[in-house]
Amino acid sequence: MKNSSRRGFMGKAFGAVAGVGAVASLYAMKRSWDPLPSVKAAGFTTLDMSAYQDNELVTEKWRGKPIFVLKQSPDMIKKAQGNPKDMERLIKVGNDYFMVCVGLCTHLGCIPGYNPDEESFLCACHGGMYDFSGEVTKAPPPRGLDIPPFKIDGNKLVLGETGPEYEKMLADGTTLKV
Amino acid sequence: MAHFTKATSLHDWLNQRLAVDTLRRVLATEYWIPKNINFLWAMGMVLAITFGLLLISGIFLLMYYQPNVELAFDSVNYTIMQEVGYGWLWRHVHGVAASVVFLIIYIHMFTGIYYGSYKKGREMIWISGMLLFVAFSAEAFSGYMLPWGQMSYWAGMVITNLFAGGSLHADGLVEWIRGDYVPGQAFLNRFFMLHVLLIPLAILGLIGLHFGALRIPHVNNQDGEEIDFEAEAAKYKAGDKANSKVIAFVNDFMSKDMMVVGIYLIFFFYLVFYHYDFAMDPVNFDPANGLKTPAHIYPEWYFLWSYEILRPFSTDTGLIAFAFAQVIFFALPFLDKSPNAVPASRRGLFKYWFWAMLIDMIILTAMGKVPPEGSFSTIGLYAALTFIGLWIALPFITKFEKKV
Amino acid sequence: MKELFILAVVTFFTLLTYWLVEPFAHSQMHKHIEGEGFAYKDLPALTKKGDAARGKDLVMGAGACAGCHGIEVEGMPAPMDAVTAAASYGVNPPDLSNAGAVFDPKFLAALIKNPAHALDLEHKYNEKSGKSYPMPQFYGAGGDIDQEVADMVAYLQSIAPKKEELTPNQAFETACGRCHAIHYPYELDGKIHPSWTQIGEKPSFKKKQDELAFEQKVLDYQDSLTKYLGTLPPDLSMYIRSRGEHFIKTFVEDPQVYLKGTAMPRVGVSAEAAEKVIEHLEDVGDSKRHQRASVGANVMIYIFIFAIFAILWKKEVWRDLH
Repeated sequence: MKNSSRRGFMGKAFGAVAGVGAVASLYAMKRSWDPLPSVKAAGFTTLDMSAYQDNELVTEKWRGKPIFVLKQSPDMIKKAQGNPKDMERLIKVGNDYFMVCVGLCTHLGCIPGYNPDEESFLCACHGGMYDFSGEVTKAPPPRGLDIPPFKIDGNKLVLGETGPEYEKMLADGTTLKV
Repeated sequence: MAHFTKATSLHDWLNQRLAVDTLRRVLATEYWIPKNINFLWAMGMVLAITFGLLLISGIFLLMYYQPNVELAFDSVNYTIMQEVGYGWLWRHVHGVAASVVFLIIYIHMFTGIYYGSYKKGREMIWISGMLLFVAFSAEAFSGYMLPWGQMSYWAGMVITNLFAGGSLHADGLVEWIRGDYVPGQAFLNRFFMLHVLLIPLAILGLIGLHFGALRIPHVNNQDGEEIDFEAEAAKYKAGDKANSKVIAFVNDFMSKDMMVVGIYLIFFFYLVFYHYDFAMDPVNFDPANGLKTPAHIYPEWYFLWSYEILRPFSTDTGLIAFAFAQVIFFALPFLDKSPNAVPASRRGLFKYWFWAMLIDMIILTAMGKVPPEGSFSTIGLYAALTFIGLWIALPFITKFEKKV
Repeated sequence: MKELFILAVVTFFTLLTYWLVEPFAHSQMHKHIEGEGFAYKDLPALTKKGDAARGKDLVMGAGACAGCHGIEVEGMPAPMDAVTAAASYGVNPPDLSNAGAVFDPKFLAALIKNPAHALDLEHKYNEKSGKSYPMPQFYGAGGDIDQEVADMVAYLQSIAPKKEELTPNQAFETACGRCHAIHYPYELDGKIHPSWTQIGEKPSFKKKQDELAFEQKVLDYQDSLTKYLGTLPPDLSMYIRSRGEHFIKTFVEDPQVYLKGTAMPRVGVSAEAAEKVIEHLEDVGDSKRHQRASVGANVMIYIFIFAIFAILWKKEVWRDLH
């Protein structure tokens, strides 16, 4: 019969057309799942760097995560200058240096506590320790505290945007992408 | 333990465990449907597709909807409609589908009434279908509460007030239903639960019952002819498809269904994108305000005929008439005393009963929407009385129907 | 053929029901007002050509406008902050920077000479009620009052943005924003605009106390407004969908036609400014309309193709069956 070669062709063709619609619908569904614009817009935190005191840890918030801001005292800066790895972690805003890190231990995510007398962080969960620049000093954390993307804007720091200083930190491997 | 052999293929493996071949024969390739049918027979598939659209759009609405009286309105009209990627699309699809599904339900119902598909062994199909109508009505009502607009609030207020039972003054019952003195947080949350979980489960179960009830009596046909399905199926399987009076569900019936669905979807999506005010009433774009009643409150169009039966009478009479209207359709197979299961056109007085009922319900629908004043309330009263009269007359006119 | 007849019957009854329930029923529920297209026929036409320089002298001098009104674009802030002004006068006298672009010149002239008349509020402010409108009438500076008023209007037009440059947001804030809030943020050209309150866009606050202090100011302002008007004007976030363009335009043109005795004044916007206000309401309440139109067009094309392929498949399957 002449239609045996066309048998099932229209069925398959129709199925293909229906499939195109299904794929388009899946795309719309994927987009509905995306984070909302208001969520993405809230992904920026501006810090006024003139408001901090030497060796006083302040915990800010960025994208729902705690952010440690520790203004370096002259003593801490001298110690850091003796250790290039430490200096690479610090952010210079004006004439001051700051440690700005995500306040989550890079081991399993607990929030470490700061001891200003010892100028060090201790994570109570498994005993990991970091120095005043966020560099890891005692296992088990695999690396120093992560540094969030930042951009220096006068004497303000905008977390969530990237500037050349942050790009350099990424390139040097000082921090991983958060 | 049944006997299992080493599988020769994936198909064989599944077949030994799930009997996929038998399922395929029984539910698809050898599910025999009469050939003598028209496009109205596709309404079932149209309903299934529309219900599917409601489920899927509902899933994405559910991801962002907040069932809290302070947040509900904005979660719909800001978050979903203006923030979520394609959120407006799901809302429009959901609102339009919720309205159009009732158009198809009524067409499907009246098709059944016209062709006598509720009698001679098909009573359970009719009853399960009517139960589905009730379930869909409850689903639509509970869903309408959720945007928490002015119409949501006041429709909720008015409909739950019905349960006070007029002179019975069952105010305690009304408060129990609401979970509060007025529609508020408790009310919104429980109707959210009903809309999202309980009633959909009931609908899915009833759909299963509806399909099951259809299987043994078989689908009806345009002439009400009694078909010997075994003989016709044998003809078909022997290769004589053209002379057989039956077709297979897959691919024969399915392809005709899909054709109707394709044309339906043109109409459906046109409404979704370009003409949706009938399904998303502007009054509901005002946030709910318990201290201000809108100038005109009315239910969605598919409830209007029923609402109008309530309105012309005094409180207690109206409630009795309203209750009558809700249940009387269930009794159709038993009130129709004639043994004829043929199209209404061949059933003498029943033909006139059918068109009178259809036109009367349209008049009731129209009167239910307009303000109950002047000639409108008079027409509404006569239409309501006609409705009751038609049902009382039914057993009598069918009893004396000539056997076809 | 029988199927086409059945389809015709079903279509007929469906369209009949639709017509009865929608266009017909709604025509019975709401009267249709045609509107004048912002012609303000009851107000006299401007006969004099205004001189902006003379107008500036009058506005700053004999007109005494700056006693209550700020003019930001001239570096003159309002004499009182919004909350205090609302507590004193009932409403906050608007800044005049955009007035020349938003309001009809006939209206502005009539307003300066007799505010209660131009604003269509004489049912509230008249000899019998004894109430006088917070903004006093201008009785002239000694010369031809029509010339003076024309000059003042010309000055206001000279400092205002050009018609093409007036943004929808500016039109809304000037014409409606002192009484109506819009709590929905909206995005336009990549920038997110926060909620609009009657005292300005809501800033973001780091400290909760600062946020609460701002919200208190808004509430105090709203209390003054409610006392002055008798009710708090509604939030307009979703008005473009609950009322629609036609109702909003004809209502704004003359509120008394729809709500006799209402405290809402005749706003006096020009036809072009009204278009911009509508556009702003659409940006806030129906921001996805463009995407809806474009996705709609694509979906309609697709669904036609879908239907055609479905018909072709059916024909292929049913060739053996007929």
